[in-house]
Amino acid sequence: MNAAIIVFPGTNRERDMALALTRVTGRKPAMVFHRETALPAGTDLVVLPGGFSHGDYLRCGAMAALSPIMAAVREFAMGGGHVLGVCNGFQILCEAGLLPGVLLRNAGLRFLSMDCVLRVERAGTAFTSHWQKGATFRAPMAHGDGNYFADEATLDRLEGEGLVAFRYADANRNGAARDIAGILSPNLRVLGLMPHPEDLVDPLMGGVDGLPLFTSMAEALVGV
Amino acid sequence: MLHAPLPTMTNPALDNPGNPADKAGMSTLTLLPPDRALQLAAQFGLKPDEYDRVLGILGRSPSMTELGIFSVMWSEHCSYKSSRIWLKTLPTSAPWVIQGPGENAGVIDIGDGLAAVFKMESHNHPSFIEPYQGAATGVGGILRDVFTMGARPIANLNALRFGAADHPGTRRIVDGVVRGIGGYGNCVGVPTVGGEVNFHPAYNGNPLVNAMTVGIARADRIFYAAAAGVGNSVVYVGSKTGRDGIHGATMASAEFSAENEDKRPTVQIGDPYAEKLLIEACMELMATEAIVAIQDMGAAGLTSSSVEMAGKGGVGISLNLDAVPQRETGMSAYEMMLSESQERMLMVLQPGQEGVAEAIFHKWDLDFAVIGHLTNTGRIEIFHNGALEADIPLAPLESEAPLYRRPTTETPKLPPLGEVPDPMGLAPALQKLVACPDLCSRRWIWDQYDALVGGLTSKRPGQADAAIVGIEGTARALALTTDCTPRYCLADPEAGGAQAVAEAWRNITATGATPLAITDNMNFGNPEKPEIMGQFAAAVRGMAAACIALDFPVVSGNVSLYNETDGQAILPTPAIGGVGVIADAHLAMGLAMPAAADLVLIGATRGWLGQSLWLREIAGQEAGPPPPVDLAAERANGDFIRARILAGEVLACHDCADGGVLVAVAEMAMASGQGAALLPVPAGIAPHAFCFGEDQARYVVAVRDAVAILAAAAAAGVPAARLGVANGQGVLVCPDGAAISLAELTAAHEATLPALMAG
Amino acid sequence: MKVRVTVMPKTGVLDPQGKAISHALGELGFSGVGEVLTGKVIELDLAETDPEAARSAAEAMARRLLANTVIEAFRVELV
Repeated sequence: MNAAIIVFPGTNRERDMALALTRVTGRKPAMVFHRETALPAGTDLVVLPGGFSHGDYLRCGAMAALSPIMAAVREFAMGGGHVLGVCNGFQILCEAGLLPGVLLRNAGLRFLSMDCVLRVERAGTAFTSHWQKGATFRAPMAHGDGNYFADEATLDRLEGEGLVAFRYADANRNGAARDIAGILSPNLRVLGLMPHPEDLVDPLMGGVDGLPLFTSMAEALVGV
Repeated sequence: MLHAPLPTMTNPALDNPGNPADKAGMSTLTLLPPDRALQLAAQFGLKPDEYDRVLGILGRSPSMTELGIFSVMWSEHCSYKSSRIWLKTLPTSAPWVIQGPGENAGVIDIGDGLAAVFKMESHNHPSFIEPYQGAATGVGGILRDVFTMGARPIANLNALRFGAADHPGTRRIVDGVVRGIGGYGNCVGVPTVGGEVNFHPAYNGNPLVNAMTVGIARADRIFYAAAAGVGNSVVYVGSKTGRDGIHGATMASAEFSAENEDKRPTVQIGDPYAEKLLIEACMELMATEAIVAIQDMGAAGLTSSSVEMAGKGGVGISLNLDAVPQRETGMSAYEMMLSESQERMLMVLQPGQEGVAEAIFHKWDLDFAVIGHLTNTGRIEIFHNGALEADIPLAPLESEAPLYRRPTTETPKLPPLGEVPDPMGLAPALQKLVACPDLCSRRWIWDQYDALVGGLTSKRPGQADAAIVGIEGTARALALTTDCTPRYCLADPEAGGAQAVAEAWRNITATGATPLAITDNMNFGNPEKPEIMGQFAAAVRGMAAACIALDFPVVSGNVSLYNETDGQAILPTPAIGGVGVIADAHLAMGLAMPAAADLVLIGATRGWLGQSLWLREIAGQEAGPPPPVDLAAERANGDFIRARILAGEVLACHDCADGGVLVAVAEMAMASGQGAALLPVPAGIAPHAFCFGEDQARYVVAVRDAVAILAAAAAAGVPAARLGVANGQGVLVCPDGAAISLAELTAAHEATLPALMAG
Repeated sequence: MKVRVTVMPKTGVLDPQGKAISHALGELGFSGVGEVLTGKVIELDLAETDPEAARSAAEAMARRLLANTVIEAFRVELV
């Protein structure tokens, strides 16, 4: 699997993501700066990692969504490419219109940094095939704006089409609509989620709960 | 500000082709009239004798900019004029020390060709005035001290002291400080992995925010501040300069009064996004050979960075302020030299490397400007709008800086504490203690700090006595802690100073790591009062003894004096930041109690209740001498524990500190939700004194079988005793047989801070 | 010329900051405060001198970047 991690100014979890991808695939992902206009040839997976792109100023992800590289990411996604957006990456995917809805300020107005429990709502995708539907796992969260919002019709459509990937299973700390922690695009190839499975892929980090995300992708995208 | 026509002088000594002023063939310096200068000097905090030295060095009246430079460079904050003679007595060397105090941060060798770079620094006064920005810029400043030296920051810690939990102002300050630390650290992408919090009325009007950053660099790629190479470009990078925080350094050296809450305009605003870009740009430039010297612009901004870089290098420096990137219009030379705008650095580049550096900084959307060059004059010369604004010889600016041996009086020893009867029994006291502000869960705070970003944190806050952060590309990890027990320091500053160092050493040891070095953040009251200066001197004495006994030298530090409000001083608080290393991160020991184990207490227990939390919280007294610190026992017990951990014989380990052994066991039990049953206390000691006494040099360990470790301890001459068993039953059975449900204990432990901060 | 863009949450979108301010005002004893909405005011200094052209440029900027029209509405004024 050839992964490309997009680095925006203010991105700060690109190193975590690279460690996790390297651990599972044995291959270092390419780091692609936001001013680039093309993805490396042969890219199988684009990752928009966590952080505070452009300082989260104006709105989380708003300025990053207009970066030069995003035209290439959009084209890659439209062509059926796999895109993973975590935390700020999820916010950017929403601002870019690659996923519906938006991430609002946490309902309690505080930054939330703790482990949460996620339930897998959609198994069998390139991102979730190594979990059973209904499985729960621990994932660290670290965000100030993770309160997923979309209008009722959109939420109904997401649920109806099975595009809710993960829900908070222990507590809804950020106020997200219908406890939504992660959603998929209609072709199931774009995933955005708020928590950070990449920070729980090694016993030294306190567990390997996040590993199935990476092993799923490695299996699905090998040789694609 | 200056209306009257002012005398001018020419400076024939100037010999700096390339400066705009020289093109006119003459440089003029506008001097302050003597009476006005004297008046301003006092206003800027220069004492009359200090001002006389300024006149002696210059041989004339200063210009406005010169007076500003002298006043900030000779402020307590920048010159350490009251503390320097004492700090010099601290041990600062060891075979693994690469750089001791005097640079932006200390540097130690941690093996595998790598170095840890670290320092702790206070931002106390700004955090009182505007808690969010004060704490945020404190984090930003200490990060810059570390990445300036070529190290990528991998962890932040914070030692915080707030006023009494029930004081009306405390909630606002806690809220702002915690948000500020999180707001900056989370955004900049450096995990906040540890620290400590105390509450005491002595901090009501003067909270302490001591921020520590630890970074990793290649041991052969450390960057220093000493400028070199006459003619080399002096380069400004980072954010633009505004009128932020002018005279912040002198403010940090002045006592507060209640009216000072109006000092708001001098508070700087932090931009963690700009700092993140600055880190990335500096790391990228540092991978090239372009940099000769680099220094962050911290307190006293452009003044201290340019003076220190040139001074350390023994060269002169000429600056043209017209080239400084400015955020506001019409700034004077005085304002630019004293601005404390954040997220800025000053560098000296190798000849011809300006283009390489500029491209990197522009890639990261940061300002880049050549604002001067090094000279052979040994002077700092500052030009602005075609005029010479300052011309000061650098050597005497440093060598003639004031240095005080201020009068000291010894803190009187407190009389021994007599018998203190137990008013309530062990279980109720434990329940009350684990919920008191100084011992309650810090989860409300941690939950706002990103402790994991970077992907290398392996023991988060609350999981071990020191935070454990792995080092990418190696099996190694660092063990990091901050420690100080201010109430001990007030009662006996020498014992308190030693205890602070010993506790940092013990917390690192309890994880299995080898303690290597410390940074200190000395927070005290007004040094012009002999009793305060006496506290300082005694604390340094105690620290030095502990540093020597434990092979734990001081490699960096910071002093914050005048921590008083309306004449009321804070508790003497020599906060210690400790760094250790463990060769295999997998061996790092946590404190969570296993489901089944024998519990053994290492170290001697006399039942020392003087200055204990039990005495304060349960018996309502702050009395008696603090527990003595036996450094030989500390060393022997710690070395024994570390060896047992590294041999794989220990399942969990926790040091006995605030609250004593019963609190230590309760903390271990609450960390895992498992239970424990303790044996009756030994004969000859009161149960409450055994359970809550704060004797030092002790650890509680959970082991599979007590027999082996007891035998090993006996062989090593280390006191050890069976304490009880971990049994996984969700209940803590106290030595008197009283049982407390862990769920109930945990609920009490967790409820305090959220309740304090709610509504 | 100067243009002011006011960005406000759309009706029905949760505004946690507004809620918190409303709550705090109540605590401070200010009664009769109904819904509180927080938004952003963005002032742009444009080289454009024609008022209508400036307005339409600002509207384009607001649609493209300054506001997220999923949750926010905006208003452009010449000042």
